[in-house]
Amino acid sequence: MPKGLTLRELSKKEVLLSSGHRMCAGCGAPTVVKMVLLASDYPIIAANATGCLEVSTCISDYTAWKIPWIHNAFENAAATISGVETMYRSLKKQGKIDKEIKFIAFGGDGGTYDIGLQSLSGAMERGHDMLYICYDNGAYMNTGIQRSSATPFGADTTTRPAGSVVQGKTEQRKNLTKIMAAHNIPYAAQASPSHWMDLMRKVRKALEINGPKFMNIIAPCNRGWRSRTDDAILLSRLAVETCYWPLYEIENGITKITFKPKEKKPVVDFLKPQGRFKHLFKPDNEGILNRLQAEIDREWGRLQKEETCYAS
Amino acid sequence: MAKVVAVTGNEAVAVALRQVNPDVCAAYPITPQSDMMQRFSGFISDGRVKTELILVESEHSAMSSCVGASAAGGRVITATSSQGLALMWEILYIASGTRLPIVMPVVNRALSAPLNIHGDHSDAMGARDTGWIQLWSENAQEAYDNAIQAFRIAEHMDIRLPIMVCMDGFIISHSIERIEYLEDEEVKNFVGEFRQLNPLLDIEHPVSYGPLILTDYYMEYRKAQDEVESKVAKVVLEVAQDFEKLSGRKYDLFETYRLDDAEIGLVILNSAAGTSKDVVDEFRSRGIKAGLLKPRLYRPFPYKETGEALKHLKALCVLDRADAFGGSFGPVYLDIATSLYPYKEKPALINKIYGLGGRDYMPEHAEFVLDELVDIAQTGTVKSYKEYIGVRE
Ligand SMILES: Cc1ncc(C[n+]2csc(CCOP(=O)(O)OP(=O)(O)O)c2C)c(N)n1
Ligand code: SF4
Ligand SMILES: [Mg+2]
Repeated sequence: MPKGLTLRELSKKEVLLSSGHRMCAGCGAPTVVKMVLLASDYPIIAANATGCLEVSTCISDYTAWKIPWIHNAFENAAATISGVETMYRSLKKQGKIDKEIKFIAFGGDGGTYDIGLQSLSGAMERGHDMLYICYDNGAYMNTGIQRSSATPFGADTTTRPAGSVVQGKTEQRKNLTKIMAAHNIPYAAQASPSHWMDLMRKVRKALEINGPKFMNIIAPCNRGWRSRTDDAILLSRLAVETCYWPLYEIENGITKITFKPKEKKPVVDFLKPQGRFKHLFKPDNEGILNRLQAEIDREWGRLQKEETCYAS
Repeated sequence: MAKVVAVTGNEAVAVALRQVNPDVCAAYPITPQSDMMQRFSGFISDGRVKTELILVESEHSAMSSCVGASAAGGRVITATSSQGLALMWEILYIASGTRLPIVMPVVNRALSAPLNIHGDHSDAMGARDTGWIQLWSENAQEAYDNAIQAFRIAEHMDIRLPIMVCMDGFIISHSIERIEYLEDEEVKNFVGEFRQLNPLLDIEHPVSYGPLILTDYYMEYRKAQDEVESKVAKVVLEVAQDFEKLSGRKYDLFETYRLDDAEIGLVILNSAAGTSKDVVDEFRSRGIKAGLLKPRLYRPFPYKETGEALKHLKALCVLDRADAFGGSFGPVYLDIATSLYPYKEKPALINKIYGLGGRDYMPEHAEFVLDELVDIAQTGTVKSYKEYIGVRE
């Protein structure tokens, strides 16, 4: 067990996102944030893109954030934190500040894969010492479950609703983690709150690395996924065990799968408990299910090959 | 000790920024601003400033990173023109609503479409209601002086608002003029140390920036912002007084030229005011009582003071280097009309749109307008309230 990550030690640390925020009961996003903040031994300053997490955690005079926090707009969390980090470097160079501080940006999938991609790409390319965390719930949840480029193929959303002609989303997901790795940043990883130790270890590792880091973390949304309120962890585990959401990291260009399911479950195990995929279980839609499974198998195979490429 | 030099407007402002020596600068190229940030980047490369540079991938990110850097707790600059300012639009409101004293020279340029790189005021006029303070500058000297004063105004503890310093693209940014520089040390002392206010970097005292505020308190926040705007003019004047002591150059909310006893007058911003003043002199030499008012603090607009300065005229023309589409008048006209509205006795007020996309503004244009004002003052009749001048038929 990595140092500092035993339950006994973690239980002594302060949770830096307080309860009383207004996210839905059972939402995966605040769990992810709490794990990320708990993993760090450094003081953190965070930026947050507009979205569910942001609108629910700082309202009028109330804030759930016990760390310095800034929300600027929807598409610019990366640029915003890059500004904070640059001021930190400037003041540090001038001897006006001496503390070791780490910088994290949180954005939803819409704020990261879509509207914020340019800002994120720019910040990564510029090499700021920052960690960008995308909490991926697979749609624009805050505005009412609209489709994003992270929405899984076939999922029912309010802008690509399953109807008599259209069977939910007609395109594949964008592979953002790979896109970020292609920036040749020192660290890019995928994590899931179901595998909390893996998630926190990755955060700790990322924070020790100087330069731009990216983590993509699955964050179930029971409203949008139309799943049971208490299923966030179960669903994120199924996402991992079906290899819909493989856990891996790419460190200095070297891919490492950090969790390999003993027995890869069929993707339907992940889809079944979610209302957004209900229509796929109609007899006519078997082709869509097969395509989803084939896509996952292909990506998983590709990932394993990438790993063996580098095995020494 | 002042140093006399012959430089372009861009160079003059770049030197002002070097002398202020900000903590962070975000830069993105756009004509005619690019040359200013290139020069400033040169100062960084030569170690002449302590500034950390963020070479962003867009103006949207320039302004976004400025918001982050300013909230972090230090002195922040960027500069832009035209499409760049338009791309920042969303974040301009966030910078002012968050009360961040970012300083941004704006080298005025026309907006697309059609694409055009030359000077007009459409860009900054489109940002006039964003909550930013705007200082406008006739020439390189004024741009330099305004840039230095901008830091004191924006960072004043009663204000804490972002500020734009506007000058005409190419006409000023790229023309060489004689100007006087202050000494580096004088500028440093004049602007003083940056004073932090709720900096994000103070991890002992965590603050949250950018809350969601709905129907319960949003309006109170907006009212508070409006109240701050009402304090700006006083601070602008205080800073101008201090600046005069240092430089010998006098600044006000606006400049009046032969206006006190005038019967007809022009209101005109930036470089075209210079040309117009020559023509005013020529009319004066013919015994015609012409005068001119050139706004400097354009946002927040000093309605009362401006109305007082213009109310005695018989006929007045506002020349706008931008139009406010929608069947209305140019933006400056709208403000001048508002400032005169409270008075029973007021001048006949007409509007001319000139110089769009860098179209030359020549002395004959000012003559044409002043002739028309003479006519209106004599006959009391206005033939046309709004007209494009210097345009092909
Ligand atoms: C420029 C801009 N466009 C659109 C919006 C509306 N908007 C706010 S949050 C949001 C969706 C956020 O989706 P995501 O980033 O996935 O976060 P989630 O709410 O799902 O956690 C949208 C579309 C906005 N605030 N700003
Ligand atoms: S809508 Fe979904 S993502 Fe948003 S707070 Fe509720 S559960 Fe969380
Ligand atoms: Mg989302």
